[in-house]
Amino acid sequence: MISLEWVKEYIDISDQDLKELAVKITQSGINVEKVITNHIDNVVIGEVVECNDHPDSDHLHVCDVNIGDKVVQIVCGAPNVRKGLKVIVALPGAVLPGDFEIKKSKIRGVESNGMICALYELGLEEKTDEAYNRGIEELDKNAKVGEDAFSYLGYDDTQYELDIHKHRNNDCYYHIGFAYEIGAILNREVKLPEDNFSEIDDSIDKHFSLKVDTDKCPYYLAKMVTGVKVGESPDFIKKRLISAGMRPINNVVDISNYVMLEYGQPLHFFDKKKLGNKIVVRDAKDNEEVVTLDGKNRVLKTSDIVITDGNRSVCIAGVMGGENTEVDENTTEILIEAAIFDPVSIRYTAANLDLRSEASIRYGKGLSYEYTDKAMRRACYLLEKYAGAKILSGIVSHDKVDKSDKVVEFYPEDVNKILGIEISETDMKVELGRLDFPYKLDKGKFIVTIPKRRLDIDPNVNDIAEEIGRLYGYGNLVSTLPVVPIKRGEYIGDVKYRKEISKRLRRLGLNETKTYTLVSPEMSKLFDYEGKEKCILPNPMSIDKSVVRTSIIPSLLNVYDYNKKRKVKDIMLYEIAKTYDKKYNEESKIAGLMSGLYLTNGWNEFKKVDFYIVKGIVENLLDYMGFKNRYTFEVGTCNDLHPGISANILLDRKVIGVIGRVHPSVLKDEVYVFELSLQALMSKIKPLKYKEAPRYPAIEKDCAFILDKDVTAGNVLDTIKKAGGRLLDSINVFDVYTGENVGEGKKSIAYTLTFMDSTRTLTDVEVMEVFNNIIDKVCKEYNAVLRDK
Amino acid sequence: MNIESVKKELEKDLLNVNSMNELNDLKVKYLGKKGLITELNSNIKNIKNEEKKEYGQKVNDLRNTFNSFYEEKKEKLEKEILDKKLSSEAIDISLPATKIISGAPNILEELIEQVEEVFMSMGYDVVDGPEIELDKYNFEMLNIPKGHPARDAQDTFYIEGEEILLRSQTSPVQVRTMLEGKGEKPIRVICPGKTYRRDDDDATHSHQFMQIEGLLVDKDISLSDLKGTIDILAKKLFGPETETRFHPSYYQFTEPSVEGDISCFNCHGKGCNICKNTGWITVVGAGVVHPNVLRMSGYDPNKWSGFAFGFGAERLAMLKYDINDCRVFYNTDLRESKTFDRKEQD
Repeated sequence: MISLEWVKEYIDISDQDLKELAVKITQSGINVEKVITNHIDNVVIGEVVECNDHPDSDHLHVCDVNIGDKVVQIVCGAPNVRKGLKVIVALPGAVLPGDFEIKKSKIRGVESNGMICALYELGLEEKTDEAYNRGIEELDKNAKVGEDAFSYLGYDDTQYELDIHKHRNNDCYYHIGFAYEIGAILNREVKLPEDNFSEIDDSIDKHFSLKVDTDKCPYYLAKMVTGVKVGESPDFIKKRLISAGMRPINNVVDISNYVMLEYGQPLHFFDKKKLGNKIVVRDAKDNEEVVTLDGKNRVLKTSDIVITDGNRSVCIAGVMGGENTEVDENTTEILIEAAIFDPVSIRYTAANLDLRSEASIRYGKGLSYEYTDKAMRRACYLLEKYAGAKILSGIVSHDKVDKSDKVVEFYPEDVNKILGIEISETDMKVELGRLDFPYKLDKGKFIVTIPKRRLDIDPNVNDIAEEIGRLYGYGNLVSTLPVVPIKRGEYIGDVKYRKEISKRLRRLGLNETKTYTLVSPEMSKLFDYEGKEKCILPNPMSIDKSVVRTSIIPSLLNVYDYNKKRKVKDIMLYEIAKTYDKKYNEESKIAGLMSGLYLTNGWNEFKKVDFYIVKGIVENLLDYMGFKNRYTFEVGTCNDLHPGISANILLDRKVIGVIGRVHPSVLKDEVYVFELSLQALMSKIKPLKYKEAPRYPAIEKDCAFILDKDVTAGNVLDTIKKAGGRLLDSINVFDVYTGENVGEGKKSIAYTLTFMDSTRTLTDVEVMEVFNNIIDKVCKEYNAVLRDK
Repeated sequence: MNIESVKKELEKDLLNVNSMNELNDLKVKYLGKKGLITELNSNIKNIKNEEKKEYGQKVNDLRNTFNSFYEEKKEKLEKEILDKKLSSEAIDISLPATKIISGAPNILEELIEQVEEVFMSMGYDVVDGPEIELDKYNFEMLNIPKGHPARDAQDTFYIEGEEILLRSQTSPVQVRTMLEGKGEKPIRVICPGKTYRRDDDDATHSHQFMQIEGLLVDKDISLSDLKGTIDILAKKLFGPETETRFHPSYYQFTEPSVEGDISCFNCHGKGCNICKNTGWITVVGAGVVHPNVLRMSGYDPNKWSGFAFGFGAERLAMLKYDINDCRVFYNTDLRESKTFDRKEQD
């Protein structure tokens, strides 16, 4: 949260419309999400001219309040309301925080035309017990009746809520950094706050020593002050902290927060007397414990950084101070810490301890040592001025910071090549000036030094192109197309197969679904026909999305259920998705679900989905993919399919999927599913080839066999094929019968056999020879009887 | 009977034929074995020679008259019969049709395919990669080292330590493509695919969502080239009057980074709910490929340059089809899907 009132201290923006400024800032790269103003309309200063007890209540008062142009009656419950008091009055139409609109009303039968307010009711103070007990805000006698209360109180402020992409937070999430951004946009100068203080004739070196025993603390400054008087902060500090979303506590604590919000540099104040004479910064020990300021016992890991007095831990570096050295109302001596810690380490510590403090957020983004120095000076200045502090001379420091300048050298055309437009050397000079980036120009070559505060900029031309480009304005970009060779793009690899299969399945009437890869443990156990080990997330969001699925069918059952609940009757679905096992082996799968009427007009003929329709879909797909005559079906083995109505699908004699009716113990409804491996369908096929329609007539012969019930049509088919030889062109089943005519335990299957030769007309004699051979073989092999002959 | 009386009788009879049976009876009566005309004909032997010709002519005329009447009448009667039969076969054509079965695409896939078409026409191949990825490809080689704050924005599902994860973006496919290119081949790909982040599912968030990322690596590629490319897609998806503008943004893997806005297709700049009264809608994050990213994947940034962009498929679909809840895409309510079983307008 950036307070514009605060920013005004560093840059002149008094002539700016703050809403328009927000748009300009957004357009040049810092996203102002929201422009908030504290101001609430219809809140004015009033004077209580009459105050009587409510006739029907033991604590309410009925007041006549002069609001300038008139006197209104208001019922008030505050114990401190009294005649003659100047108060804050919210009039009808005012909308207080929490969307609470003030309306004319009756309170226990007495008319009330507004509300006399406490600061917390206006969102200007936190609602604490203390604030509540204080009752309504009592204004100064000189407050002018009828005047706008917010401007009287000095709380009129506009704030920007920022959405800054992560790596620019460090220079824009504090007021001075933000002032620089505005400065670049408006081409105005930034003025840093005053930080001159005087030092007493005593040196910190006599009272304090520092040792840094870790690589994770490249920079540590300590300064000491005495004579501190802890008390209330001056108004301007309190107001600014509040408008930036922080609660004022006391002058000392407030100053450390104030400086942090100015320079982005968190400070830590130790009570020097509690601390002693030494600080050792080191990596924490495993299970080392610290009680933090919030009174909680924290257990550390070796990856954390800890501040100690040589024995005790006194602070979790960059995250939160320890209770044992906390500044309290009796504190008189303070040791100021201004340091830089390894951002990654701080981020891990904050995450591990679930302790994302204002300090840890800032340390975690990285800091510039220049501002560490400035923040230290500024804190001394404020402590001297507002907390009576006497500053000891000298500074104790540990300094391993790389202070070398980041320098970029480039020619204007390097930048222009990246942006694709022509920005002149002159314009580039203007933009660098606005950015406040010092540069030299040497025979057309820019040599730019990147200011320390811009940690986000790396010394390369792309970064400079971005800075120049965004200020020059992306509105000046043109629309060109890359000059590249002309070619048509293609679907590559499994994407191509997915597209082809998807189109085919839609043509066959199935609707595409998209479901979640992550499923519940229960779902993952269904249709586990391959028995693959599952990949389970170690830290799932919720248990119902904790396992990476190996089958899509359970998800399709959910979609079925969703639609059924919405009275959709005919449900045909498919999904193609990637699945993964425990070893991260990837398998793309094609799953389908079919239920209800496949073909219907709603009022007469229909075709209900059964096993053979689904089988037809699968065969159609496999034929389309070029696998005619390469696939077979064998009796199914998947536990979640109906044991009698299911099959494994084989391609080139390898199981590539399953098909069947969902087992009634999984789902009572008549629902059929299939699932195939997409990878299996990516195997090589023959090229398309023209095949001439037969020129010579075919001869058809019918026959029916009475067979044992357990002989399958597939078995018989194989035998017929073998016995039929090359003259047998096709085999069609035209009747299947079970019943008394064929006897118990028997069934009859009737076939039409078509014989043909593509080179000549067949004679009846030679066809009969083959036909009889077929009959013989089938009868012999299956102990079958030819029916009706 | 003589010719005249047969002729008279025939004329009388012809007026009373109303059915095929009557017509056939008449045929027997006149042309049958003992038919009147047949008899007239066989009577010719009793006619004087000099009159035979004339007699014969008259009988013949009579026969022709009958025959032409017969044919005409027969055709007429047959048509009547057919008409009657057909009219009895009439159906109620207003009854509902048999639904010819055809499936609908998933709305997101439909949208993605439109985007694919545009980019394929510009020479981009469409590729996909693994959804379970290495941290190295998902983050590190995209200039996001371990511990980098940019990782916070993408709260990632880790599977094994900090090394294996469910990809939080489709960018790792770009890394893989560059590695395959070995720093030698120019690249033009888009990679639409599933991505995963630790978000609670609600109207605007989904722990699983679709990104459409693209990458072009070639010689002398600029930010303006990116703008022109995005512009083509925007016009194709949202109408030819759509305009594109860029504003600055920040991503680790691009520098300069931008967000691309399109002019509001709904209000055309006047301001409405969809564009939050700005006239513009942000639809894409993009930028010039960061030199570090090129270098890490084997492309020398002094020779090669490129741009990358990423669309949220859900966002595009929600905008284009006026959908306000992204769970719609994952529920598959068939009553909704069915409306997408048709072609898009030209």
